[in-house]
Amino acid sequence: MRTVDLARTSLRELNAELHRQTEGANETGFVVLNPRGGHAIAVGIDAPVDVQIKGSVGYYCAGMNKKASVTVHGSAGPGVAENMMSGRVVVMGDASQYAGATGRGGLLVIEGNASSRCGISMKGIDIVVRGNIGHMSAFMAQSGNLVVLGDAGDALGDSIYEARLFVRGKVKRLGADCIEKEMRAEHHEALAKLLEAAGIRGVASTEFRRYGSARKLYNFNIDNADAY
Amino acid sequence: MCGIVGLFLKDKSLEPRLGSLTADMLATMCERGPDSAGFAIYGPAHAGEGKVTLQAADPAAAFEGLSAAVSKAIGAAASLAVKSTHAVLTIPADKVEAARAAIRADHPKVRILGSGEAIEIYKEVGWPTDVAKRFDLAHMEGSHAIGHTRMATESAVTTLAAHPFSTGPDQCLVHNGSLSNHHNLKRELKRDGFTFETDNDSEVAAAYLSWRMKQGMNLAEALTKSLEDLDGFFTFVVGTKNGFGVVRDPIACKPAVMAETDQYVAFGSEYRTLACLPGIDKARVWEPEPATVYFWERS
Repeated sequence: MRTVDLARTSLRELNAELHRQTEGANETGFVVLNPRGGHAIAVGIDAPVDVQIKGSVGYYCAGMNKKASVTVHGSAGPGVAENMMSGRVVVMGDASQYAGATGRGGLLVIEGNASSRCGISMKGIDIVVRGNIGHMSAFMAQSGNLVVLGDAGDALGDSIYEARLFVRGKVKRLGADCIEKEMRAEHHEALAKLLEAAGIRGVASTEFRRYGSARKLYNFNIDNADAY
Repeated sequence: MCGIVGLFLKDKSLEPRLGSLTADMLATMCERGPDSAGFAIYGPAHAGEGKVTLQAADPAAAFEGLSAAVSKAIGAAASLAVKSTHAVLTIPADKVEAARAAIRADHPKVRILGSGEAIEIYKEVGWPTDVAKRFDLAHMEGSHAIGHTRMATESAVTTLAAHPFSTGPDQCLVHNGSLSNHHNLKRELKRDGFTFETDNDSEVAAAYLSWRMKQGMNLAEALTKSLEDLDGFFTFVVGTKNGFGVVRDPIACKPAVMAETDQYVAFGSEYRTLACLPGIDKARVWEPEPATVYFWERS
């Protein structure tokens, strides 16, 4: 276990050290102290290391993450786990705008609330939010799963493609071409697995509703012009 | 992109540290706004006293003999405290309008940045920490302060186009974003007697709020109304003599985070702005909701 204090070590040194780690490296655990809202902490990791960040982070924490497990013991600024490829990112507090944006894989867990545009353009990532999510979440979401235990804000899933959205609370309003869909056995099964992976207990898949694409905006149709 | 900081103190024991805390907060926002910086600070008000903050490109020449000239014009005592390119003119509170008129008429090289009983405004082109040092922000005292670092998008990088903008007594506004209907609004406001110093969209927003307050609305009501009347992207932080308000447009893509403890309410464009505040680890930290007015007032 290595401790890196950002009050004494530069962000570049920390990230370079994390980038030096490879599959099977000896050093698998890192603790990061004094993040103080800094930007781009623990971005671009490509090794199965565990990073524990003790405090709140700013923009783009754990962006492009591959294989690593990154935990933020605080809140995260905009773009946490943006374009994550694989691995696991956990935010113990809240996340700001566009958490998990364009993510291609891995699991992002937000223990608090996520702000607007959560999972925008997600492309395969799984996102589990224990609290609420803000407006325009899952905008143009292409694949992956967004699970929300609380409420969803305005225009959920606007212009969505094939991502699956599971919301336990209220949805303020669905976006264009996003509709409620039937929860079939396969969805209950997938959702139960996601909840388990996120460490959420005592919540059943039957408490959720599923939303997804009506597939009417895939190709331009002049009759739909009002929906754009 | 721009950076905003704001600190509204509830605990009087922090008032001597208002300037140093605001300077620390502003220093974290340099990269968000490297063009220019400014701040409004609400200092201790003295009964019956009014203050007018002035700026001049050539302060040595412009401020020479100014207090005597204003004193003569308004028929009352006037004193001038010069700080770099700025100066604060202190006069009886009931002479503020007369002093502003005298300066406008007789001293064309002096610009008026704001006036009131408590507010002082300082802004200049340059790297934000240099601007803060130039005016010795770190040693100022007061009850609340609002600062801004500017990356210009809409209009020229000049001293007057830096934020905050003050368009009414003890009022100020800083803005991150860009408006799209400010030309129309400006025409209406001009018709109602407002004058403008710059082409800046944010100045129109400030004048809009002053206009609403002149009609009898309080700050919270004016901010609520602004959500209907202003079009564009905005996160506003505004100050009045006793109040502090925040509002974001319904899309809310301009960042904002707030913190509140028993001692203060603070605003930052990012969390790192707030990280230097006392007791931040125990503070309630949240992101202000879109199209929602937040407002604090001290009695």
